[in-house]
Amino acid sequence: MSDASKPAKKDADGEVRRIKAPVKLDYTVTAGLALSRFLKGVTAGKLLGQRCGVCSKVYVPPRGGCPTCGVGMGEQVEVKDTGTLTTFCIVNVPFEGQTMKLPYVYGLIALDGADNALHHLILAPPEEVRMGMRLRAEWVPPESRPASMEAIRWFVPTGEPDAPWDSYKEHL
Amino acid sequence: MSPREIAIVSYASLLAVPGEPQRDEVELLLPVVTEAVARSGIPKRELGFTVSGSCDYLGGRPFSFVMALDAIGAWPPIAESHVEMDGAFALYEAWVRLQCGDVDSALVYAFGRSTQGDLGRVLAQQLDPYTLSPLWPDDTALAALQARALLDRGRVSERDFAAVAARTRGGDADELVQRPYTVAPLRAHDRGTVADGAAAVVLAAGDLARKVCKRPAWIRGIDHRIEQHQLGQRDLTRSVSTALAGERAGVGKGPVDVAELYAPYTHQELILREALGLGEGVEVNPSGGALAAHPLMVAGLSRFGEAAERIIDGSANRAVAHATSGPCLQQNLVAVLEAAP
Ligand SMILES: [Zn+2]
Repeated sequence: MSDASKPAKKDADGEVRRIKAPVKLDYTVTAGLALSRFLKGVTAGKLLGQRCGVCSKVYVPPRGGCPTCGVGMGEQVEVKDTGTLTTFCIVNVPFEGQTMKLPYVYGLIALDGADNALHHLILAPPEEVRMGMRLRAEWVPPESRPASMEAIRWFVPTGEPDAPWDSYKEHL
Repeated sequence: MSPREIAIVSYASLLAVPGEPQRDEVELLLPVVTEAVARSGIPKRELGFTVSGSCDYLGGRPFSFVMALDAIGAWPPIAESHVEMDGAFALYEAWVRLQCGDVDSALVYAFGRSTQGDLGRVLAQQLDPYTLSPLWPDDTALAALQARALLDRGRVSERDFAAVAARTRGGDADELVQRPYTVAPLRAHDRGTVADGAAAVVLAAGDLARKVCKRPAWIRGIDHRIEQHQLGQRDLTRSVSTALAGERAGVGKGPVDVAELYAPYTHQELILREALGLGEGVEVNPSGGALAAHPLMVAGLSRFGEAAERIIDGSANRAVAHATSGPCLQQNLVAVLEAAP
């Protein structure tokens, strides 16, 4: 629970000026109706989004409401697991929990059929990665697919010609 | 200069007791905001100001109020604000904002999923971080100290606590008072049922309020007072901040038909009644109050909404709305709502 039972450390002059008060709180969080459908979908290798009934935009993952219209999302749509890299960064800094060898690429991908972009790992030599690059998802085998974005291991280049700027300029 | 006439013109809420197992915050909030705006008769795009109340500690994730904006549709950009407090305090900010005179309406909303964590441990984080918080006293333990002090003062009994519970959440006071303690001298019925929920209110000024609502609930007075944070530095058996806020809001200037008081514990209703000078003739918490459903961050705004509804539907002419925040009634906000401006 807490360190309250341990005596506080005294400074050299014998005064107590600092205490340690660790905080631990546990939560059971609900993903929500829309996101739960999406997470079930990825375990089956499907990318499910929803189309806003007002502005017709498709959000993947879907969300509780359309952020521009403030209405509930409508029709469920499945989008492709291919897309366009809209922007990216090259990671050179190590941090705890890192699974990739440095340097590696993390990017925003506009999936074909979606009107937003999601972020994921990009498996490609950093010097070859560029905006507009065409990518496809590499899925984890069905039997070990978690209900999270880690159901996709990373995105890899398809080798197709780059997408034109106008096709993804709204998704930066 | 007298303040500008501001009224509550609509209210909607969704309370999930004992908790919402499936919907996330946006999914709870969206139908509530949509309903309150529709009932106000003011097109959403024409609302001059938006302000919300919520707390990241309830869901354990930062900036949750930003995600919640999905329920509003903040495009084209809107003038928006947030308080890390109950939505009632967001309503107070909206009232102040409308006093500026350049906008005539405001949307106020609140959401809270208090069942995602251990509320007692979450609330321990609002205490003094050096001497109290590291001991992790939960809200029931502190409320029990307050209840004990109130009993020791000698004017109320545990049966009076049970009578508050019986009136607001059903049951028989004589039977309830026989039940075992959870933390003496409090029993399970003395603590509000922790719940999830969302609430929304639309405020309008002067002629706009008269145009969109037949009987707007005019805010005749509103005042917010705060006491010492350290529990040992105040008399827990009295709420001097509520008494002062009530006096400044003008509670005593006329008869009160109905009062909606945010009392998360039965004995706190007794303390609040005394502080506000509410006699036996005043109907208190006909909605069931925070005892029937206690979604943190929402329960205070709900009191304002429920009190306003009674003016709007014509069943009351003068109502008191109250919201609290902090340990053992530390902060208190009081408003007088009237049918006549
Ligand atoms: Zn939309």
